[in-house]
Amino acid sequence: MTTQSPALGTTGTEEKPLQPASLDRGRRTPAPKLARGQANWGVKILLVVLCLLWLLPTVGLLVTSFREPDAANSTGWWTVFTAPFSNWSVENYRQVLLEEDFGRAFLNSFVITIPATIIPILFAAFAAYAFTFMKFVGRDFLFILIVGLLVVPNQVALVPLLQLYARADLVGTFAAVWLAHTGFGMPLAIFILRGYMQTLPRSIIESASVDGASHFTTFWRLIVPMSVPALAAFAIFQFLWVWNDLLIALLFLGAGDNIAVTVRLAGLIGSAGQGWQLLTAGAFITISVPLLVFIALQRYFVRGLTSGSVKG
Amino acid sequence: MIKIINAVLAVLAGVGGAMVLYFVLNFAVERLPGKWEHRIKPYVFIGPALLVIGVFLIYPAVQTFVYSFANDDSTEFVGFQNYTELLGSEAFRRTLLNTLLWIIIVPVVVVVMGMAVAVLADRLGARSEKTTKTIIFLPMAISGVGAAAIWGFIYASRPPTQDQIGLLNAVVVGLGFDPVAWLQIDTGKLNSLLLMVIMIWTQVGFAMVLLSAAIKSVPEETLEAARIDGANEVQTFFRVVVPQIWATVITVFITVLIGVMKVFDIVYTTTNGNFNTNVIAVQFFNELFTNGNNGYAGAIVIMLMIAIIPVMAYQVRHFKKQEAAS
Repeated sequence: MTTQSPALGTTGTEEKPLQPASLDRGRRTPAPKLARGQANWGVKILLVVLCLLWLLPTVGLLVTSFREPDAANSTGWWTVFTAPFSNWSVENYRQVLLEEDFGRAFLNSFVITIPATIIPILFAAFAAYAFTFMKFVGRDFLFILIVGLLVVPNQVALVPLLQLYARADLVGTFAAVWLAHTGFGMPLAIFILRGYMQTLPRSIIESASVDGASHFTTFWRLIVPMSVPALAAFAIFQFLWVWNDLLIALLFLGAGDNIAVTVRLAGLIGSAGQGWQLLTAGAFITISVPLLVFIALQRYFVRGLTSGSVKG
Repeated sequence: MIKIINAVLAVLAGVGGAMVLYFVLNFAVERLPGKWEHRIKPYVFIGPALLVIGVFLIYPAVQTFVYSFANDDSTEFVGFQNYTELLGSEAFRRTLLNTLLWIIIVPVVVVVMGMAVAVLADRLGARSEKTTKTIIFLPMAISGVGAAAIWGFIYASRPPTQDQIGLLNAVVVGLGFDPVAWLQIDTGKLNSLLLMVIMIWTQVGFAMVLLSAAIKSVPEETLEAARIDGANEVQTFFRVVVPQIWATVITVFITVLIGVMKVFDIVYTTTNGNFNTNVIAVQFFNELFTNGNNGYAGAIVIMLMIAIIPVMAYQVRHFKKQEAAS
């Protein structure tokens, strides 16, 4: 992202944040738009070709990951189709997960990603609650500041953070990346969550307060459960962004015990031929995690996107 | 097994620690007399968020600005020397030119292709539309590193005496030509353009999803009116649909633009900026990490920041307008 990291920003005027607008939206809105179902053969063939082109690179990696390293290194992956399924094995995957240190890097990436997803959501949910339902001095100014920070590139923070971490003896620790991702993800998280919380009916919060519920109770019992779609949308963003991140993992964790899977993989790409089985099977395992998360939670992800978010 | 237990413990410690923080703060503030509790509580709620923003974004940004006027290990101020040396160096000017090409080419291609797929897929049946969009969208979940690994099997090059394992060279050799070392040829910026293809591959789906949602929300009556007035499909699209979805086009364009300005993983893992493919974020990383030059690294990122300020201003203005409207 490239995953991009999705950046944050402006909302198209024709959309309200987090209104249903999913991939299959066309099915739910009965009114045909331009010309539903009226594609001619030219359009159909064009789209089929485009889809095949889009899938082809990934299929190449997938096929290669099941070939023996020597074969993968000496003939093209498409040659398997002349003798289908000969010499296919899951040996590469077995080696990657069990024998090589790749398994540890894979595990590390979960240790990095899970707290780096949950902690910013927790911080941002509290902050978004305050921005939406509480009155305090400096509220509007602080929120404008957060909107401005949405597009600030993370790079601007890296030199001093590296020094700060060196002084605090945090370089190479998971806490270093958790905290960095929490900071970098915070503006987008607050922006998305506040946008959603503003659409919640105020009367519910007021009646809770009349019933004597504290803000803390209202937050946990009412607002968090009601905000699940927005929390999920941001969680997917942040999960993909942290899991796919190379720069921050490279700087703050490097190649030590806590190496991230992207850093391990980047190291392998440079050394063509060596550790070929790691590169192909390892790469496929690495990309399959975000792909599974994405496919399983696509609905929320698309809603998050159409809420107009662009992270800096 | 021990590794997995340690991993679970680390995750629990991180997440649990953050939760405990709020419970303790809330417990403390609820012990205060009523009026003070009321005044201080909002700051307890936003406090941790503001603290991390301050420590991890604002303070380091200011510090980076200061470092950009100091020498390589930040022990002495050197004025504008980092900026003048960088801008005076042939290598950095090439980096800037490459980055500029990325900025000009990638967002436009992504928006145009995303729009084309959105419009064409809209004409399919509901199920084919969903399948098409999912396929185009999937690469968005793939990291730059993963994409570089994947595209390695497209761009790989072997000596003519060996079988080609890269698809592109297999085609070239099949047509009777010699294999080409794609990522090493900067004639006509060929290698940079091929790296841009990887980025475009990951981004078109993003543009498609946003634009498709916008197109579908265009009121049917406006389309009907145009058709009754005798407009054909193409005219209807450019004169009626495009103006109504323009805000989304801008949003997509800016999002991709910012992503492109910071592009790092793809270039770092494929060429590391060699063969005249360097871009700003890769040079920043190499100045900081490989050369240990805080001054250059700082100056590069401040220049990037200056380029982003107009976008930031647009963003804030747009937000204020929206708030006023709601």
